[in-house]
Amino acid sequence: MVKLTINGAAVEVPVGTRVASAMLSANAVCRTSISGEPRTALCGMGICMECRAVVNGVPQSKTCQLACLPGMTVETQGPEVQR
Amino acid sequence: MSGTFNPGPLHSESQALNMFMKPQPITQIADVVVVGAGPAGIAAATTAARCGRSVLVIDDNPAPGGQIWRQGVPSLRKFDAEGVTRDRAVERMLAAGVRVASGCRVIDTPERATLRAYREEDGAVLHVLYGRLILATGARERFLPFPGWTLPGVFGAGGLQALVKGGYDVAGKRIVVAGTGPLLLAVAAHLRDYGAKVVTIAEQASAAKLALFSAAMLGNPAKLMQGAGYRGRVIGTPYLTGTWPAGAIAGDNGLLRAVKLNNGKRVWEEPCDILACGFHLVANTELPALLGCELSGDFVKVDASQQTSQKGIYCAGEPTGIAGLDAALVQGEIAGLAAAGQPTKHLEKRAAAGRKFAAGLARTFALRPELRTMAAPDTVFCRCEDVQTASLAGHHSWTEAKLQTRCGMGPCQGRICGPAAEAVFGWKNASVRQPIFPTPVGALCSNDSIEETV
Repeated sequence: MVKLTINGAAVEVPVGTRVASAMLSANAVCRTSISGEPRTALCGMGICMECRAVVNGVPQSKTCQLACLPGMTVETQGPEVQR
Repeated sequence: MSGTFNPGPLHSESQALNMFMKPQPITQIADVVVVGAGPAGIAAATTAARCGRSVLVIDDNPAPGGQIWRQGVPSLRKFDAEGVTRDRAVERMLAAGVRVASGCRVIDTPERATLRAYREEDGAVLHVLYGRLILATGARERFLPFPGWTLPGVFGAGGLQALVKGGYDVAGKRIVVAGTGPLLLAVAAHLRDYGAKVVTIAEQASAAKLALFSAAMLGNPAKLMQGAGYRGRVIGTPYLTGTWPAGAIAGDNGLLRAVKLNNGKRVWEEPCDILACGFHLVANTELPALLGCELSGDFVKVDASQQTSQKGIYCAGEPTGIAGLDAALVQGEIAGLAAAGQPTKHLEKRAAAGRKFAAGLARTFALRPELRTMAAPDTVFCRCEDVQTASLAGHHSWTEAKLQTRCGMGPCQGRICGPAAEAVFGWKNASVRQPIFPTPVGALCSNDSIEETV
């Protein structure tokens, strides 16, 4: 199992879990759209960019193609990160 | 894995800085470079390596397999036949001496016979010099806007399957699978394997078209058995033909509560927790187009040896026509042989069977006209820029709509709303520009490089 933090809450996920999938299981949305709508991953394969979130402080991270790593911090990407 | 490309340790504490720093690029040189590690790419790389060529595969996923052979967390199913097939194929590829650069996305072509790739995990930049190039960039799902399609809880069909393989726990969730294409049944079967309750499968193609398709498949028993196998795994689930989504409805808590389905005679609500919806596939032709490969309609034009209009650049799998796994494998093998200067004639018959299957798929799962009017005026059409459907009406071309509304100008670069706009408005997106994926400026500015020869 891998321990990481999603929006401040500690979660534990199986090895190999993608960040976008861990966020879905934790009921966390990935980002807030430019008009303020909550969004989660759509395509699951790195194309649609809806799964962008802040991973270890880096905004615009494509969470569906990132594997969860121990100690990772993941946060919903807020409206302050627009484009 | 000894064949896995690894330029050094990760510096996770400095990841935030990588957006602004100039990372030192790594140069890799190979006789044959393959873009994409799905079935076509794996077959091409293995074949070229067995012919004695040095081969490097660049792939944007964390592990080889592509979409149909995607690696994932285990399901409830005891025997994972797809996983076994994939593991064998990957083992054979690595045993042939192929090197794989996983997690690397090709962004542009800074000079002739050179590709540049970006690795998001640590901000590394690769310069890849190729003798021959094989493009196996696969396909993505086609999405069409309908009211509520941006709600959390609405996913692509293949999209949800990928996220579930990636560890999204759907055990006990009620799921409606909708859209079109052979993928729907496969996705439904896989979701069941992960403990989900698939309540309905809604296929927009008519029963008559599907019957014709099945009859044509009588000459292809393996494909027929595969379809029957998936159907058998979701035997308790209604498979509705001539039915499409009319809207996704959120409850008071903002979560998906139901999906509205339409069969042309009536519209009804199907309660569910998740909607998985995709309208067949769209070829990923951005990189081939950037390299100057001629397209024929939506697909890359290739000759009998899978060579594109650009000499020394080959293309295999879905970008040449949506034809599925078997066609991808044989095309990959042909491209691998051709790139190594070997004859390919003995494989042409199998390749022709794949093209016939692709034509059947295209006919059967062609979009019905009703799908063009699913979106309401206030339905978001472009999800990156939140452009509503009403603001696109009245424009005459994709370019005009982009300039006036910012539709297609966001980070997906029109990969989602572009094919939707083509289906709904008939606009063709003709241009592709580098970088073909959003890339931090620091990565684009890097120059000096360390050289590694494969």
